[in-house]
Amino acid sequence: MPSVKMPRKSTDTDMTPFVDVAFLILSFFMLATKFKPPEPVEITTPGSVNSQKLPENNAVMIIVDSSNRVFFSVLSDKDPGKKDAIIQDVNSSQSLSLSNAEMANFRQTFAVAVPFGNLKQLLALDPKEQANLKQPGIPVLDSANNQLYWWIAASKKAFAGEKLNYLIKGDAKSTYPAFEAVINALKRNDEFKYNLVTSLDDIPSNSELDKFNQRVKN
Amino acid sequence: MSSIDTSSGDSHKKGPGVKKAKKLSTRVDMTPMVDLGFLLITFFIFTTTMTTPTTLDLNMPKDIKDPKDQTEAKESGVLSIMLGKGDQVYYYEGKLVVDATGNNFKSTTFKGIRDIIIKKKAEVIGRHEHDPTCAKTQENAKAKKDPDWANACKDRDFIIIIKPDNDATYKNTVDILDEMTINQVRTYAMVKILDQEYELIKKTEETSGIK
Repeated sequence: MPSVKMPRKSTDTDMTPFVDVAFLILSFFMLATKFKPPEPVEITTPGSVNSQKLPENNAVMIIVDSSNRVFFSVLSDKDPGKKDAIIQDVNSSQSLSLSNAEMANFRQTFAVAVPFGNLKQLLALDPKEQANLKQPGIPVLDSANNQLYWWIAASKKAFAGEKLNYLIKGDAKSTYPAFEAVINALKRNDEFKYNLVTSLDDIPSNSELDKFNQRVKN
Repeated sequence: MSSIDTSSGDSHKKGPGVKKAKKLSTRVDMTPMVDLGFLLITFFIFTTTMTTPTTLDLNMPKDIKDPKDQTEAKESGVLSIMLGKGDQVYYYEGKLVVDATGNNFKSTTFKGIRDIIIKKKAEVIGRHEHDPTCAKTQENAKAKKDPDWANACKDRDFIIIIKPDNDATYKNTVDILDEMTINQVRTYAMVKILDQEYELIKKTEETSGIK
């Protein structure tokens, strides 16, 4: 009795469609990706329904992290000379006696979160090592010694005649007094318009805003 | 017929000494390519930032010391919202009244505050009386191509005052500002909390055990 012969199937599969898909996904991610700028702290921003884009140049970013430390950073990739002007102004207004090399280092420093007294120590470090230094935050809560005021005053001078955006990036867990102190520092500089950095949330359906958007669309 | 042509069946066979070219397979082993492809995909997935940050505009008023220059608001159209510990929201309408019979100080959550804002807004709009200044506001809004110009002045008396206390988080603050956008509140201000209100919040927190 002849035994039933099982047809012998080859074990290799045709990988071509698999490769096609893989490279399609790969090219999508390569095009869609935008590298995260180096940040000294991890910030979880709260959500909001606003969908305005964030300005990336000519902006001062004030970061408040989850333990209420305040960071100051300048976003001016197009004109790094602005950063030099800011540090020179702070150096002279606070008489910090920073060396030229230390001031030049400020260009590479992403964010400053030290009182003026420790600024020399921070800027003496290589930018790569600055991330390892535990920065205590700019003192803001004492209204008599709100050092953020001086940083903003210096940036205002450096960006005189140009539009300067004030970005406030707060961690969802930071508390209101720190935020209020940041606003007070800005207010003392006669700046009343700020952009709060948030992540996008959906607009609740059937809310007034939703109905308004529908009306505008029609 | 002394010799039999044995090669007749295999016509491709050349004579002896002619080497047969080795047939190479056209299939390439794709496995290393796939490996590399997926390695790169994982790399890009991890480095990519999909959530683009957006911004919420905040305009603060200049501090005015002189009471003469301060903007007056109709008491009936004001809703004061206070933010406390543990995502709690406190509110009262008009002026804060505290007397022997109790007070108009109420507490709610972020879920409940939207309905309170909507109710108050409807109430203020319902009480609205049309007058010449109102018509002017509407005209201005129309000239500025405001698509919602017809409603431009109906809610002019509706004002929300936001007072986060020292225990409120930044998230609470952004959430309540967002609530203003969601409910299309045109006039709102963020001010410092009064001592009396702060004490009331503390008392409420104690009785309800919010830490």
